[in-house]
Amino acid sequence: MARVVVDVMLKPEILDPQGQAVQRALPRLGFEGIADVRQGKRFELEVEGPVDDAALGRIHEMAETFLANTVIEDFTVKVEKAEESK
Amino acid sequence: MTARIGVVTFPGTLDDQDSLRAVRVAGAEPVSLWHRDKDLHQVDAVILAGGFSYGDYLRAGAISRFSPVMETIIEQAKAGMPVLGICNGFQILTEAHLLPGAMLQNNHLHFICRDQKLRVENAETAWTSDYSAGQEISVPLKNMDGRYVADERVLDELEAEGRVAFRYVDVNPNGSLRDIAGITNAAGNVVGLMPHPEHAVEPLIGTGRTDGLGFFTSIIKKLVNA
Repeated sequence: MARVVVDVMLKPEILDPQGQAVQRALPRLGFEGIADVRQGKRFELEVEGPVDDAALGRIHEMAETFLANTVIEDFTVKVEKAEESK
Repeated sequence: MTARIGVVTFPGTLDDQDSLRAVRVAGAEPVSLWHRDKDLHQVDAVILAGGFSYGDYLRAGAISRFSPVMETIIEQAKAGMPVLGICNGFQILTEAHLLPGAMLQNNHLHFICRDQKLRVENAETAWTSDYSAGQEISVPLKNMDGRYVADERVLDELEAEGRVAFRYVDVNPNGSLRDIAGITNAAGNVVGLMPHPEHAVEPLIGTGRTDGLGFFTSIIKKLVNA
């Protein structure tokens, strides 16, 4: 089975107060030098069958209509691992 | 003729009972609608009530938006049926693209529960005709994801077309762009807002005022005169 990863991030112009809260906590925890943090979502999809253009097309459609809200978020789709068929 | 106004219950909806009650207090016939039932049971208008449908999983309103009842509501709303989205209902309307923009977590990351002053900016929608433009009302506000965002072009368009229906007054409680508390579609039949008019229809509850009642009397007048 192949794993396809969809990463969803807020668009750069959208304020991310959660990311800011994480960034502000870092110096207190002794982690210096991090200028900015933005928090996103990662979806790991275990795909049945071949990850061909058609399958990736459907996953792209799924990401665009459901996993991400493209009014406020951008997404990327990548194939993470493709095990040899047994 | 009595207007029939439906209120949808999704798994996790909290304010359906108060919305049904507000409809009854205003003088219409409340009708419970179920998320899995595509049939709207001959209602004349629909309210999407507040709460945390599907636990706000993925994004607030994102899963409810694909429920069977929403298929019919989206189709009917586009054909002119009045729809009011309150809080989670507003989030569902933006996820369904019946209203532009999106809702995000409050900028201060805290849940809010307070009385909130609003200005009614557009008193010509199906749900606001019993108010006057510029009128200030006070109704409860309670949410986690109440920050309205849209890109500058959409915001300018909303302002130019008078589609910012409600604006926060005195304090912006959640970082909403341009103090927007609620908006309407171009036709004025679909309206969404974060604050809760259904909790302010009787003097004994909510803010102790009945400032929210106008939403329900507005729609009844529109439906009965139609």
